[in-house]
Amino acid sequence: MASEVLVWVEFKDGVIRRSSLEAIGAATQVAAQLKCTVAAAVVGNADQQAMQCLDEVGVSRVYKVEGVEYQQFEPCRYADALQAVVKQSSPGLILMAATALGKDLSARLAARLRSALATDCIGLEVNDGQISVVRPVYAGKLRAKVGLSGPSPIVTVRPNTFAVPAAQSNRQPEVTGISAELGAASRKVTVRETVYSTGEMPDVSEADIVVSGGRGMKGPENFAILEELAKLLGGAVGASRSAVDAGWMDHQHQVGQTGKTISPNLYIACGISGATQHLAGMSSSKCIVAINKDPEANIFKVADYGVVGDLFRVVPLMIAEIKKLK
Amino acid sequence: MNIVVLVKQVPDTEAAVRPDSSAPARIVESGIKFIVNPYDEFAVEEAIRIKEAKGGHVLVVTIGPPRADEALRTCIAMGADDALRIDDSQLPDLDALGRARLLSKAIAQSPFDLVLCGKQAIDDDLAAVGTFVAELLDLPHVAVVTKLELADGKAICRKEVDGGTQTVEVQLPAVITAQKGLNEPRYPALRGLMLAKKKEIPVVTPSSLGISAEELRPSYKVQHLELPPARGKGKILQGEPETTAVELVRLLREEAKVF
Ligand SMILES: Cc1cc2nc3c(=O)[nH]c(=O)nc-3n(C[C@H](O)[C@H](O)[C@H](O)COP(=O)(O)OP(=O)(O)OC[C@H]3O[C@@H](n4cnc5c(N)ncnc54)[C@H](O)[C@@H]3O)c2cc1C
Repeated sequence: MASEVLVWVEFKDGVIRRSSLEAIGAATQVAAQLKCTVAAAVVGNADQQAMQCLDEVGVSRVYKVEGVEYQQFEPCRYADALQAVVKQSSPGLILMAATALGKDLSARLAARLRSALATDCIGLEVNDGQISVVRPVYAGKLRAKVGLSGPSPIVTVRPNTFAVPAAQSNRQPEVTGISAELGAASRKVTVRETVYSTGEMPDVSEADIVVSGGRGMKGPENFAILEELAKLLGGAVGASRSAVDAGWMDHQHQVGQTGKTISPNLYIACGISGATQHLAGMSSSKCIVAINKDPEANIFKVADYGVVGDLFRVVPLMIAEIKKLK
Repeated sequence: MNIVVLVKQVPDTEAAVRPDSSAPARIVESGIKFIVNPYDEFAVEEAIRIKEAKGGHVLVVTIGPPRADEALRTCIAMGADDALRIDDSQLPDLDALGRARLLSKAIAQSPFDLVLCGKQAIDDDLAAVGTFVAELLDLPHVAVVTKLELADGKAICRKEVDGGTQTVEVQLPAVITAQKGLNEPRYPALRGLMLAKKKEIPVVTPSSLGISAEELRPSYKVQHLELPPARGKGKILQGEPETTAVELVRLLREEAKVF
């Protein structure tokens, strides 16, 4: 019997990403049923503050794989590192967040371990020791319940879906250093550089609140009002494909089938008609708001709240009202 | 340059897919239009552009029932040279690892420099098969690529990561998965369509590739598909913006409690 559920934790600027804490939350939920404890795998260097964060969320062990070769994320190398951790831990289940890096690494690792892989899951349960997950398929048009078997299945969980575990008093997890060797494939890849777009706004895939604009925005300059609203709410700005294809916004912001799949607490769609491919990216948002001048727009069918009206009048009035309340 | 492109035939993005009540792990296929997975189209286009610039040969490979030949013919019409279908009619429950086993076995039969495929299929949305094939062949991979340059036996790729991009250099042969932005896929020309119609498409089976059904037993098994829970009827506000905007903010604060 496996004794651990293993979570790969991802860092950005030395800080653990919230989506990784959510993966620990998901791990904590199922660990008891699997009669397992939760262990974290840290590849590369994590600073003291990040390690302390792991103490507080209740992991009982941290496996660390350190080295200059892990300074930049590269999936083949990280799979080498995690393979060495898995050899030591023989986890009953491996979890990570379904971020860009998590999806990339999980696929490489699953093939390495010949494990079942389920990406971007929104549900996870254990029945009689059998692990099953729920994941959106066909761009969210359907949900699949999937049974996973074999050793160490790998599950990536969609950001903003599972709760971060409540802070506990320091558990002081045991830290185990692991050394790994670079595999043949890893020696053939070099990361030359990683460039993050500047700006203090969170990425749409991790933001709690996303304010998106579509073709109804009429031009790039008008996105300023959405930025103002997003900033006021501490959120991010998204866009439909039409807005991206028109060159008004960068593809990084695109929400939908060929963009990002997101589940924020609040999604505000401004001047977006609600094509199926757009809905694919945002229909698992907890609260959907649509602002559109066409009362027949498809987006109203999925909206919890809608305003039929001209966004150029509605959005500035919303901004003024929120400012008044703050 | 020998390039292999992995493609999958999937339901059209507009298709209304629904679970089959007699086989709840499947969708109702009748009345559905099938297309080449949109991300795979970027891969096919890139392969053809490389061939046009540097010469070479493009082979497209799929796993699917006989109807999947249609997807292969679309790729031939775009400019691919040859196609191969691995028939899965006898093994309809293959999982991604099983499919990668078949694909890697099939493509290892002749030399290649580059494998291209889409970053994910839009039916199972797994984003795994390309990377699986790379691992099974012990090759490096670069996923979610939006720019690709080839020189001196290497590929220089730009790939997306959350909030930014990475530039990655990889030695060939390698597997590269395509993201939107890599290129604009072309429409097949009339000549291509004529050519594609006549093209003979070889078909192989798992057993002819020397892989047993036992080796392909899925560890990822769909138990059932269902429609997502319907959302409650929303509150739609009509009237003067001065009223609706204020009312919306109130509802979001007091009822939905989202900020
Ligand atoms: C393979 C494929 C993949 C795709 N992937 C994606 C994807 O990832 N993401 C995506 O979004 N789309 C995607 N699409 C495109 C999708 O089908 C739609 O074309 C697109 O979502 C439409 O964008 P839109 O709603 O901004 O524009 P439109 O459909 O043109 O809608 C504009 C809306 O703005 C409203 N409007 C105009 N002016 C105002 C105003 N002043 N005030 C209020 N409302 C106003 C109009 O009433 C209209 O409803 C994809 C398509 C395909 C074929």
